[in-house]
Amino acid sequence: MAAAVPAVCWVRAATALLLGCCGAALASSVQDQAEQFFRSGHTNNWAVLVCTSRFWFNYRHVANTLSVYRSVKRLGIPDSHIVLMLADDMACNPRNPKPATVFSHKNMELNVYGDDVEVDYRSYEVTVENFLRVLTGRIPPSTPRSKRLLSDDRSNILIYMTGHGGNGFLKFQDSEEITNVELADAFEQMWQKRRYNELLFIIDTCQGASMYERFYSPNIMALASSQVGEDSLSHQPDLGIGVHLMDRYTFYVLEFLEEIHPASQTNMNDLFQVCPKSLCVSTPGHRTDLFERDPQNVLITDFFGSVRKVEITTETISLDRDLAGFESKLLKDELATEPLKYAEQLPVAQIIHQKPKQKDWHPPGGFILGLWALIIMVFFKTYGIKHMKHIF
Amino acid sequence: NGMLAAAAALLLLAAAGPGLGPGPGRADAERAQQDSLREELLLSPLPAGDVAATFQFRTLWDADLQRGAVSHYRLFPKALGRLVAALGVRELHLALTQGFWRTQAWGQPPLQAPAGAELWVWFQPTVTDVDKAWKELSNILSGIFCASLNFIDSTNTVTPMASFKPLGLANGTDHQLLRYAVLPREVVCTENLTPWKKLLPCGSKAGLAVLLKAERLFHSSYHSQAVHIRPICRDASCLAVSWELRQTLTVVFDTFAGGQEKKDWSLFKMFSRTLTDACPLASQSKVYVDISPKNKEKELLEVTPTPASVHEAVVQGERRTYAVYDLLSPLLFNTSRSLNVQLKWKRPQDSSELPIPVLHAQRYVSGYGLQTGQISTLIYNTHPYRAFPVILLETVPWYLRLYVHTLTIITKGKENKPSYIHYQPAQDRRRPHLLEMLIQLPANSITKITIQFERALLKWTEYTPDPNHGFYVGSSVLSALVPSVIAMKDVDVEQSPLFTSLFPSSDGSSYFVRLYTEPLLVNLPTPDFSMPYNVICLTCTVVAVCYGSFYNLLTRTFHVEEPSRGGLAKRLANIIRRFRGVPPL
Repeated sequence: MAAAVPAVCWVRAATALLLGCCGAALASSVQDQAEQFFRSGHTNNWAVLVCTSRFWFNYRHVANTLSVYRSVKRLGIPDSHIVLMLADDMACNPRNPKPATVFSHKNMELNVYGDDVEVDYRSYEVTVENFLRVLTGRIPPSTPRSKRLLSDDRSNILIYMTGHGGNGFLKFQDSEEITNVELADAFEQMWQKRRYNELLFIIDTCQGASMYERFYSPNIMALASSQVGEDSLSHQPDLGIGVHLMDRYTFYVLEFLEEIHPASQTNMNDLFQVCPKSLCVSTPGHRTDLFERDPQNVLITDFFGSVRKVEITTETISLDRDLAGFESKLLKDELATEPLKYAEQLPVAQIIHQKPKQKDWHPPGGFILGLWALIIMVFFKTYGIKHMKHIF
Repeated sequence: NGMLAAAAALLLLAAAGPGLGPGPGRADAERAQQDSLREELLLSPLPAGDVAATFQFRTLWDADLQRGAVSHYRLFPKALGRLVAALGVRELHLALTQGFWRTQAWGQPPLQAPAGAELWVWFQPTVTDVDKAWKELSNILSGIFCASLNFIDSTNTVTPMASFKPLGLANGTDHQLLRYAVLPREVVCTENLTPWKKLLPCGSKAGLAVLLKAERLFHSSYHSQAVHIRPICRDASCLAVSWELRQTLTVVFDTFAGGQEKKDWSLFKMFSRTLTDACPLASQSKVYVDISPKNKEKELLEVTPTPASVHEAVVQGERRTYAVYDLLSPLLFNTSRSLNVQLKWKRPQDSSELPIPVLHAQRYVSGYGLQTGQISTLIYNTHPYRAFPVILLETVPWYLRLYVHTLTIITKGKENKPSYIHYQPAQDRRRPHLLEMLIQLPANSITKITIQFERALLKWTEYTPDPNHGFYVGSSVLSALVPSVIAMKDVDVEQSPLFTSLFPSSDGSSYFVRLYTEPLLVNLPTPDFSMPYNVICLTCTVVAVCYGSFYNLLTRTFHVEEPSRGGLAKRLANIIRRFRGVPPL
């Protein structure tokens, strides 16, 4: 009896310990899940992809932008959340031997233009002013929705820019430049208006690292294809098309992204290693000091993919089949009293005899009014007011 | 008036109430008949061995978009329906074109559009500020079609006074409600085709739209896609209005661009696809092939598979025969699961058989330098005995200053005075030139219209980023009622193919045609854009060197300086230097 009691006690203690362990494990797994939920704080994803170069020999910049567009669409960001700005049209350019295509690999292996592309800003619309307006949200009220960046404080935004650049500036279409100071100020405006949660800025130009030197707003991570003083080089020409198809950095980024799928757990540290000096010839750089989280914890799909919050429910909802109530609200069309007719396409007699419509009379304004006021004032100053009675 | 309408509506509803109550099937059927879709493809071989394919998708909706809040859209796209209702649009025609229709080589086009983007809109009389509605409309359309239509503003918009009469039902034609703009520099590519395809009820998944693949459509000589919205008669009595949306796409495939030597065509060769079924939402889905014999001889063209029926119609003054394939008939896909229409030429054509179109035109620019420039338009009337009038509409940008006193119209060596001229001069940076003339073309003649212009200097910020490309002048528009040899009967719109019913015909003796000339490319004097930088450098250097030294000479005084003996370090250094034999400091 005395031996059984300690055994029971021991078993009870063991079960209590086991339960305690399980509870602790459960609690820690719940806590893990809760942590994971709070790890990335964004609810929607946006992408702004800009190609700033014009003319046929800058084919590779358009191909760069389109390959990032393709990856971003493939990983889930819809067209309504992508603002694509292409400064020139390469696909339907008369010099393109294969119209409606833009290739990224030589021998025409991969057509990054595709059949389902929506370009929001084309050709002459890609200017520094429009780009800054898109970022800061200060656009004229008549701008359509597809041309707006409607992000909020829980949006993760990917900004990709490519073109020709220098130390501290990026050239837009051979006629204007955007400086790193302007860009940093635009991001600060976005931060103050709470237009982003986290921002990933990628730039593929010569001396690209100079563009992110001046950032001072929080939660920005930046990558560039080359350091200050280095040139970014292009990858390979295609002898059939006759121009270089892609830039090296974006080419290897595209190859890296082709292996990412919407559920992959690859993090930013892998993206930093993408193009070593042996492949890229220039030294890619990155900047993470403004970013709150550790790049180890930042998933590629946080910026390149799209968050979809799905709530599964098991209850069925029945739709009302009886549309009688709805039908009675429809107004019947009223019929005209006499038949309507089509207009004559070329009524010669009517055209010959039509008189030009007199414009409405407006009172004279501006210069003419001022001139008459001056003449009247001079007249009355010369002759005096008392002579007015002779006039009236 | 509104009260009466409401009372009438209530009475009608009360009468129809018990009929509408039960039976969701009947309500569905009734609603289902409110809109319908017809799709059609017309393949017409062109004289030079090329082939033109015209797609037409027509959605007809028996509802009044202007009145009431329409909230249930089925086949009619909601984006366009909301646009028409919100902005008070009566008619909308938007065309995006790449290339140019060569009327002389290819014949009269079924429906032509100028190169670039063209938008013309009739507004309802209830719209008070037409310009504001026009601006909003062009912005919204630029978002829908991914085109730079937001560049349409007062510098390229005109109000024609005689051309562009409404193609739909019209109560009166006050031309102040019409706006017309053309953007000749607009590029058309896949991003314009993608939203156009998304407006179709079946998308590009079923029916004729599966053939619309961008890689083949843009590898062509001429590609034009258009959207036309207009109100038409609902039935023969024409007491009610239906809204019609037509989406047309015309493409001309070139033998040489396609890279093939033989001139045989097939659907697979043209589109790299074949037809497998009709759109399930379409009430009619047909393919027409033009097999008209030329010069009354035996047929030139052989079509496989054998068509189920043949349709004869008088189109544009000529009797034409069409082979018809009905995709909705079950017999068509009996033998094979896909339809690949093949066209084979039985014998080669010679140039004597090429038909000459009755009306065609060309335009060119001449002159060089700042002061001399001339726009010449040649209009050809090749009808042997009939004369007819034509309206010419020219829109010239403000930076080409037209001299209207140099306008000359010469026919057969004599001057031809137009019956009607409307000229609106340009205002710098605000309005373009508008010239509209009604000219009588005598039979079998060439009319030459010339006008001289000078080029203006633009401000340096007004140049495009590629100014050395040049500046475009939009196509001029020719509208004419061409007399036809064969009388055309008034046909029922519902029974005839879609390509015969776009322009409403008033009488059977002539048909309406609208032609466009070539756009012109004019070089403006382009400054050297690096000059501001050069000037600043040079001026600053000159100022610094000349003025700076002059200033120094004038404002500084000179004192004689006593040579100082120097400090200890200097004396020590001098001693060392004396030992070395070097002159002292």
